[in-house]
Amino acid sequence: MAVQNRRIGDQLWVRRSLIGLALAITLIMLVIPVVVIFTQALSTGWSAFAGNVMDEYTLDAIGLTLFVAALTVPLNLVFGTALAWSVTRFRFPGRKLLITLIDIPFAVSPVVAGLLYLLLYGRNGWLGSWLSNYDVQLMFSWPGIVMVTVFVTCPFVARELIPLMQQQGSEEEEAGVVLGASGWRIFRKITLPNIKWALIYGVVLTNARAVGEFGAVSVVSGNVRGETNTLPLHVELLYQDYNIVGAFASASLLAGIAILTLIAKAFVEWRQSRAEHATPEEGGA
Amino acid sequence: MKQLFKGIALGAALLSAQPVLAADRELLNTSYDIARELFAAYNEEFKKHWQEKTGETVEIKQSHAGSSKQAQAIIQGLKADVATFNQVTDIDILHQRGRLIPEDWADRLPNNSSPYYSTMAFLVREGNPKNIENWDDLIREDVQLVMPNPKTSGNGRYTYLAALGYAQDQFGDDQEKIDQFMADLLGQVRVFDSGGRGATTTFVERGIGDVLLTFESEVLNIADRFENGEYVAVTPKVSFLAEFPVTWIDDYVEQNGTAELAKEYLEHLYTEDSQRLLAGFNYRVHNDAVKAENADRFPELKLLSIDEITGGWENAMSTHFSSGGKLDRLQRRR
Repeated sequence: MAVQNRRIGDQLWVRRSLIGLALAITLIMLVIPVVVIFTQALSTGWSAFAGNVMDEYTLDAIGLTLFVAALTVPLNLVFGTALAWSVTRFRFPGRKLLITLIDIPFAVSPVVAGLLYLLLYGRNGWLGSWLSNYDVQLMFSWPGIVMVTVFVTCPFVARELIPLMQQQGSEEEEAGVVLGASGWRIFRKITLPNIKWALIYGVVLTNARAVGEFGAVSVVSGNVRGETNTLPLHVELLYQDYNIVGAFASASLLAGIAILTLIAKAFVEWRQSRAEHATPEEGGA
Repeated sequence: MKQLFKGIALGAALLSAQPVLAADRELLNTSYDIARELFAAYNEEFKKHWQEKTGETVEIKQSHAGSSKQAQAIIQGLKADVATFNQVTDIDILHQRGRLIPEDWADRLPNNSSPYYSTMAFLVREGNPKNIENWDDLIREDVQLVMPNPKTSGNGRYTYLAALGYAQDQFGDDQEKIDQFMADLLGQVRVFDSGGRGATTTFVERGIGDVLLTFESEVLNIADRFENGEYVAVTPKVSFLAEFPVTWIDDYVEQNGTAELAKEYLEHLYTEDSQRLLAGFNYRVHNDAVKAENADRFPELKLLSIDEITGGWENAMSTHFSSGGKLDRLQRRR
């Protein structure tokens, strides 16, 4: 450690100024804005804050946001696990292509994703015009919001699992097969314990993004207050309405969720690194 | 894992715990982004009116966003019963692209289907230090302007057209003088914000510029908000007639079975009480009694319609605001 440090920054002042710079940037770019959110939200006192949060439409927005996350996370949990399982345990044509395709939501801007869904499932879209014959409306109602949120967040779980499952290899599972275990039993007793912490990490990230997604949701939401207005959209609406305190009160809820996510993430990372360095007996616990 | 499922159960419980409002009828009003308070107040009035008239309770849902975005959403399938917008072109498009309303929608309600209107006015700083009274004061070298971008916002286009209307009124057929005035005016603009509220923020919160050019309703709204006279509203002698058009959406009210309710919702905007409510939100109205009550807040001025200035919206868009159009050329002149 000491040797390495000496090599990077020979002199004390280099090291100190680098650390100082990093801290200053973190403070200015990250910490102060978060503090400002909370001070603004509470600038007119706790009762005004509570009044803003307990507002009928804010509660509706919170409910909808949690509902969307509650549908998105399990869907992507299953999808991500199945995808990671298939590309790391089997060899098949198109496997590399599949690994690349999973990154599309990262590469595409969320607004574009929203527009794509709108053009496909909207009233004049390919699928939308067919669906409307059966009186099925996906866009501008909650299913549309869930669809784009699933799209935007679908790589997180798979991206967490694929490197880990590749590194772990399939020896343990093969041993299970040899000993005559069923597929489900192998997954439950061998695979799942091995990937547990990476899986939870993926879920934490998926949840954070699902709760905070703005761009794609904004396109397909229709902005109906009390019905299709999610918390991030609600923040924008309040801000445009000159209700700065209300906007920051809602924003502080989002920031609160983000902070909880960070704590959960730090905890999971800590458990994950312990699990990876642990002896096999401990690792299986 | 258990924690996770608990979280999901909690989320689902929260959502299902919301009270189900059992109103007899439902109506969805799509509106422009800054009309929330206005319709929150009007909806309460209308609910009472409808209940007195028919005995039924109504729940009115509101959707607010930029009116061009709202028009797109309606065309793509947002099943709104009524549209209450701040740009005529955004309702026209519901006919042209969506075939959702008839071509003559504007003739179905009085005053071109615009129950209220506004004009473009100036907001200046405390005591009007630069002595701004009319459009020709804006091209002085020492005056810096803030306005929304005519390329991206209806608000900015209205401002541009209001200035053009003044120049035409002033210089008659002298196209060279008109162009010079417009180029000079655009040259004094310090910030072109992408939208109306953005321009307001630039002027008020960031303290940039001597004059903010925007809707009179917005100008009066800010002047009222700051009670110590930090900002003064100035209405020029000539300006643009900015209509706030409304329509019910024929295809959707038929599907939703709300034709009668939607029509009544819009017609009720023309009653004296509703007009008084609209005037309270700083919009100009047509009712004579309400006009007389508010004469000092809404000074008389020469209002020019889009037809008088450019001969219609289509020409305004293609001649002035398209790529390489008049606006682009005027901005390059200086």
